[in-house]
Amino acid sequence: MFIYTVKRFALAGLILIVAVTAMFLMIRAVPGDPVSIMLGPRATPELKASLIEQMALDQPIWKQLLIYYGGLLRGDLGIDVFSGRSVVDIVFQQLPYTLEMIALSVVWSAALGIALGAYAAAHPNTIIDRVAAAVSVSFVAAPAFVVALLALLIFAVQLQWFPAIGVGEGFWGRLNHLVLPSFAIGLSWVGYIARLVRASMLEVLGEGHIRTARAFGISERRIIMSYALRIAILPVVTVIGVGMGFLLSSAVFTEIVFARPGIGKLVIDSITTRNYPVVMGTVLVSTGLFVLSTAIADLLNALLDPRARSTK
Amino acid sequence: MSDTLLEIDNLSVDYETERGDLKALRDISFDVKKGEIVGIVGESGCGKSTLISSILRLTAPNTRFRQGEVRFNGDDILAMTERQMRDLRGSDISIVFQDPMQTHNPVLTIGRQLLDIQHRSKATTAQKLETAAKMLAAVGIPDPQARLKQYPHEFSGGMRQRIAIAMALMSEPDLLIADEPTTALDATLEVQIIERLKELQSEMNCAILFISHHLGVIAELCDRVVVMYAGAVVESGDVREIFHDPKHPYTRRLIECDPGHIKTRARILPTIPGEVPDLVNLPDGCIFRDRCEQAFDKCQQVPALDKLKEGHFAACWLNHPEETTA
Repeated sequence: MFIYTVKRFALAGLILIVAVTAMFLMIRAVPGDPVSIMLGPRATPELKASLIEQMALDQPIWKQLLIYYGGLLRGDLGIDVFSGRSVVDIVFQQLPYTLEMIALSVVWSAALGIALGAYAAAHPNTIIDRVAAAVSVSFVAAPAFVVALLALLIFAVQLQWFPAIGVGEGFWGRLNHLVLPSFAIGLSWVGYIARLVRASMLEVLGEGHIRTARAFGISERRIIMSYALRIAILPVVTVIGVGMGFLLSSAVFTEIVFARPGIGKLVIDSITTRNYPVVMGTVLVSTGLFVLSTAIADLLNALLDPRARSTK
Repeated sequence: MSDTLLEIDNLSVDYETERGDLKALRDISFDVKKGEIVGIVGESGCGKSTLISSILRLTAPNTRFRQGEVRFNGDDILAMTERQMRDLRGSDISIVFQDPMQTHNPVLTIGRQLLDIQHRSKATTAQKLETAAKMLAAVGIPDPQARLKQYPHEFSGGMRQRIAIAMALMSEPDLLIADEPTTALDATLEVQIIERLKELQSEMNCAILFISHHLGVIAELCDRVVVMYAGAVVESGDVREIFHDPKHPYTRRLIECDPGHIKTRARILPTIPGEVPDLVNLPDGCIFRDRCEQAFDKCQQVPALDKLKEGHFAACWLNHPEETTA
């Protein structure tokens, strides 16, 4: 297990290096002169020259890449062109808002989705199963930004149960502000996870070892909860790990709808102002999150499934 | 109190399918006495699996019990509540399944699973684990204490089947159902496991319903044999009677086709020509008629399972000389 962990994180590091390189080259491949875009048409040649030197744009591309890697190793993602603040500071100031929103979305949608899916699988083809199926599919079909807007109109504007914008102060204030955004992000996940758990649960319930458990008079409740569910949630763990990418992209919309600070808001703002160091830093951190979450999902899978543990 | 443990009386079971009712079991009757080993022989699809899942009432949702009773210690299993049924499973009746690679939960340790099946016991966890280790030792698993901490995939197929037998015998059941327990294993393991099963049976004196298509194993292990064909019992009786004086053409062909019985070198192994009839659209008359070389006019009627002598029953018109000459 230890060797597997080390290997898995080495792989994650490798993926990150490849991703950073690709991203760096892609941004440099965009036609046009970044300096004139950043400084505008009326910049003096001296100003341009100093920025070119500061960003090392006069160096060959491989040298620029090495300089960027060098900065990365020191924890330096460059300087915000406009405010002059360090990109690392900016990104890590915004990151917690996005992380808490995504974490809450995943937790509530996974809990509800797994419960719904397991119940449907334990009572297949009943009314509840059919209703759950219909509801799940409509949840999956609803994009996060549509749900966000509707939730905003209904629960914040009409009913005034929850605040419409901002992030709030203190634990309860922040939690209160998180309800609607994480509802919007999590809703389609509830449906998706419920469908997934139902399918994988039905498959597991048809396996020989479940018949054994029944043949020994073990209660159906125990069979579902500790014999079948543990196997049935394995694919869910993987899907949530990989789904981190989708969560981050739905965070972009949700943060704009609810006017919340966060990674999504940051990346949109910096793209519209051509603030390349910040774009680069934000995308890098998002990629890092994605790579980390898939690695964690793989490790969790290995932890839950002894077969995977011993073969890896 | 009679000495009969399990009585199956005119049991008929259908599966509802889109093509119509599949008549998986028709008019099955036989019994198992206390401490007796009864073998059930028949080709794949003859209804052996339906029969054992009916006894444990672990049948598929499209199963319909059309008629008959399954009595265990005098009580009709088919009339029991699910609660009563659960009390029976794994305590008075237990089962060893065919494929040892599928029997155990892959994500729980063997110890956990052996612990869970003792859910009726009032003993402490430590005592239960002690019992589990003792049972593993009894079926011939070395170092049982350490192996309790391992997962199923860390055991070989033979080991897993031993564990399955240990699980089944843990509650000292009155009836052990063994569903082709050695089919998935190689021949040397088969002998070892059969030997061990026989030893444990004589220690615990439980009855065994042993399903197999391996005639050699049946002859070695069983007291009595029930021969099934296409969902019906065609012959039943004492194991010696059946093997030395079979009274049904199907039994005779089955014995002839057993590789263990072939004395002379042959280029082609003997088979029974023809196919098992479609159980949705049953043919008229004797179910074996289409494949029987000795079929005659009378076979257009269904023969009853007649008592030929004490402890030997067969369903064939050939055993009625007055009909053959008529």
